[in-house]
Formats: sequence, C-alpha cells, structure tokens
Amino acid sequence: MRLHELTIHGALELLRRREISATELTQALLDRIVDVDNDIKAYLTLTPETALQEARKADELRAAGTDGALLGIPLAIKDNICLAGVPTTCGSRILESFVPPYDATVVTQLRHAGAVFLGKTNLDEFAMGSSTENSAFFTTHNPWDLTRVPGGSSGGSAAALIADEALGAFGSDTGGSVRQPASLCSIAGMKPTYGRVSRYGLVAFASSLDQIGPLGKDVTDCALLLNVIARYDPRDSTSLDAPVPDYTTALRPEIKGLRIGVPREYFAAGIQPGVEKAVRNAIQVLADLGADIAETSLPHTEYALPVYYLLATAEASANLARYDGIKYGYSATDAPDIWEAYRRTRQHGFGAEVKRRIMLGTYALSAGYYDAYYLKAQKVRTLIKQDFDQGANLLSFQIVSIVIAR
Amino acid sequence: MALTREEVEHIADLAKLGLSEEEIETLREHLSAILEYAAILERLDTDAIPPTATVLPLRNVMRADKPASSLPQADALDNAPSTAEGYFQVKAILE
Repeated sequence: MRLHELTIHGALELLRRREISATELTQALLDRIVDVDNDIKAYLTLTPETALQEARKADELRAAGTDGALLGIPLAIKDNICLAGVPTTCGSRILESFVPPYDATVVTQLRHAGAVFLGKTNLDEFAMGSSTENSAFFTTHNPWDLTRVPGGSSGGSAAALIADEALGAFGSDTGGSVRQPASLCSIAGMKPTYGRVSRYGLVAFASSLDQIGPLGKDVTDCALLLNVIARYDPRDSTSLDAPVPDYTTALRPEIKGLRIGVPREYFAAGIQPGVEKAVRNAIQVLADLGADIAETSLPHTEYALPVYYLLATAEASANLARYDGIKYGYSATDAPDIWEAYRRTRQHGFGAEVKRRIMLGTYALSAGYYDAYYLKAQKVRTLIKQDFDQGANLLSFQIVSIVIAR
Repeated sequence: MALTREEVEHIADLAKLGLSEEEIETLREHLSAILEYAAILERLDTDAIPPTATVLPLRNVMRADKPASSLPQADALDNAPSTAEGYFQVKAILE
C-alpha cells in the first residue's frame, strides 16, 4: 500500500482499524519527501526526528484507547506560521535565523488533535506574491510540470500536498494565497471567513485580510482540518466568538438545488480564452448536475484590485516595521548609527517585492496622501462589501484568471 | 500619478528602507504605474460612504486585567543579535 497516497479521512479509517500505524505512515511520508523533494523543493525545513516522535506518541495514545481528530496524521505547515523551536523564515533573509519561542494557536490546536508535523513549506517572501518565485531561498516547482510554478504564496504547501509529501497542509490567504495555489496544483483549499481562525502565531502581512487556511487532497479533508482550527481565540483580538459547526455536515452529495450566482463582471476584458472556457465548462457541469445557475452582478468588482493594492500594502508597511534587526533576525552590524543600521538591515534583509509593497503602503498612509489613498480605499471597500451583502442569497465564487507561467 | 525622485526618497526615509540608486529609479517607475492604475477609485463618489477598516463587528477588544505568566525573559532575548544584562542592546538614539 502506498501510504503517502492516502487522504486524511482514508488514513484515519486505517489507523482506527489498526491496519496501519502512525509511525509507518509518517515514515512513508518522510521516504516520499526524500524521493521527490529535490525536484519539487516544497519544503524549507524538515523535522523528521520530532515527526517520528510525535507519530510514536500517537500510536501509544491510540493503543491506550485515546482517539483524536487528526491523531497520527502528518501535515505540512507554511513557513509564516510559528512552530516553537523550528525556524520560521517567512521565505525571507531577514528572518533566516529566527526560531520562534512559541506555537501559533493553530499549531497548538493541531497538536491537541494529535497531528504530526513533517516540516515548513516554501512561500513567497512574507506571503507577498502569487508564484512562490519571491522566496528568498528558492522556487518551488509545480509537481504536474516541474517547469511551471505551483502558484503562491502558499506554493510549497500546495505542491507538497499534490506530490503526496504530506496528507494535509496549511497555508495563509490574504488575497488568494491558499485558493490560487490549490487551484494551480489541483487540490482543495479554502480561505476561512475572516475572524474564523486565529491569527496568533501567523506572521502578519495584512491584519484585516490574513487568514490561515487548510489545503486537502479533497474537500472532506479540508472540512476535517477546518474543524480543528475554527474557533474563538482570546489571544487574537480579531477572532470572532461565534458557534463553530461541524463542517463535515456541510459536505453534500447532491448538487441538485444548489444556487450559484455567476457575477458577470468576473468575465472581464482580458480574460484568457482558455481560462474562460475552463470556467464556463465547470459551470455547465454544475448545471448538468442540477445546480440552479443565475447570472448576477457585483458592480464594484473592477475596483477590488486597486483597493487591495492600497489596503494590503498599507497594512503590510505597518506590520513589517518591526523588522529592524534589534529583537530578532538579520541585523546590519557595520552601520555608523541606529538609523543607518535600520536602513541597511531592511535594505539587505528584504527582497524586491517586499520593498515595493512597503513603499506603496507607506506612501498611501503618509501625511497628505492618507485621505486620497488609504481612506478612499477603505470607503470603496464598503461599496464592495455592500455588493456582496445585497447578493447574499446566492452563492458566488471567485474566478482567478491566470495561466501557470513557466 | 508620477512620483518624483525626491518623493521616493522621502517614502524610503519614512520606511527606514535603504535603497540603491537603481532601486530608487525602478521603484519610482513601478510606484508611479501602480498609483496611476489605482486612480480609477476617483471615479467613485464616496463622500457619504463610511470606511470599512474591518469586516467584523468587533471594536476595542479588551481582556480582563488579571495577571498571568508571559514569555520568559531568556526566551524573549534568545533570537536577539545583541543583548546586555538581560536587555536588547541597541545603538545610541540620543547624543
């Protein structure tokens, strides 16, 4: 049996029937990583010794009669999520040496559920990018075609999962960074509603947009992963204290009667014909299965991207101000004074894309421009939100129209 | 909206970001192009529209003023490039 090819729900069934052990399952994933990751390069850091310890612990617990939502399940974690004692680089030279002294809340929750951690996956630097090419260390390759990118910024997590280098994975999504690489690697991935999942221990990019999201080989696995991480966290002041359903009850075998809204603005000028065809074909499949398809309108769609460019970069410029070489990370030691030390640390520690976003965000917040850019973008955000509030009776979906670049 | 070199240098100073000559010019071009694109927002009349800072209904979330343990000092200093006597060591700020 090729254990690395299992889904989470498949593995849990075999584990619960004592047909496989957590130790052999983790060993199979570690062997698989050795086989393929030199070509795919999904992982930045591997933790094989602790993974096997965690797997052995899971076997002991199960033998003693304990179960857990993810007991013995090996996972990959994007490298902007803190695992205590394991390097968290955010794909950046400025945090190349950073070892967090604490676990992210999501990691704590996963530990309680019995999960095993295989390692940290590659990403665009500070989650800024959509191809994983902005990692300061190396690019991850799409396992379907190694000459192509896996998408981003959670490209390492998506690639690891489709290549069977983990049974499940976590990434972060600010403007599509879980959903897009999941799509480009042909796996399931989602962005939970903002506030549903704790951001404590997720290195901040844009505080009003960031969310940790699960990636799974199928939607059932995503539901199982979301069940573990969706809950109120008092350590995150943007965490919503709302009841958490069992997401597996939302898995429906019947498409018949599902109402899907297709915003006409999503088929914008410039959409690549191949992409439009693929999306319309998918809509037709759903229609043939009995879904109720209706054209709808989200009139402010064309303003979403400029709003995102201004708000996300403004928030990022504030969140990345902490990288000054004083408390952690790369530090320029040859500077004559503190101000030059800050400048050189950040000049040499940050990559080009990160610098571009810090600069744009700083400008949008600066005196004399705050109203015209940042405040304006927040007001347009209200209009965009109102479009969705009015169309709330119809499900709609996001189309990201891109082609996987070589 | 074309930025001048001086504006780029000013923003870099606000962000405490050192830039090479090449980077200043490249950023001047890129930022100008992005701001040009973002000017599309001016088409919308937003005078009567309130800003959305967060989609959640939460405001001023506080915790109870109850003491609890926090990160041990040694752990907090562990990643620092320069420490002295239990403090983060920095270059002088004042003369």
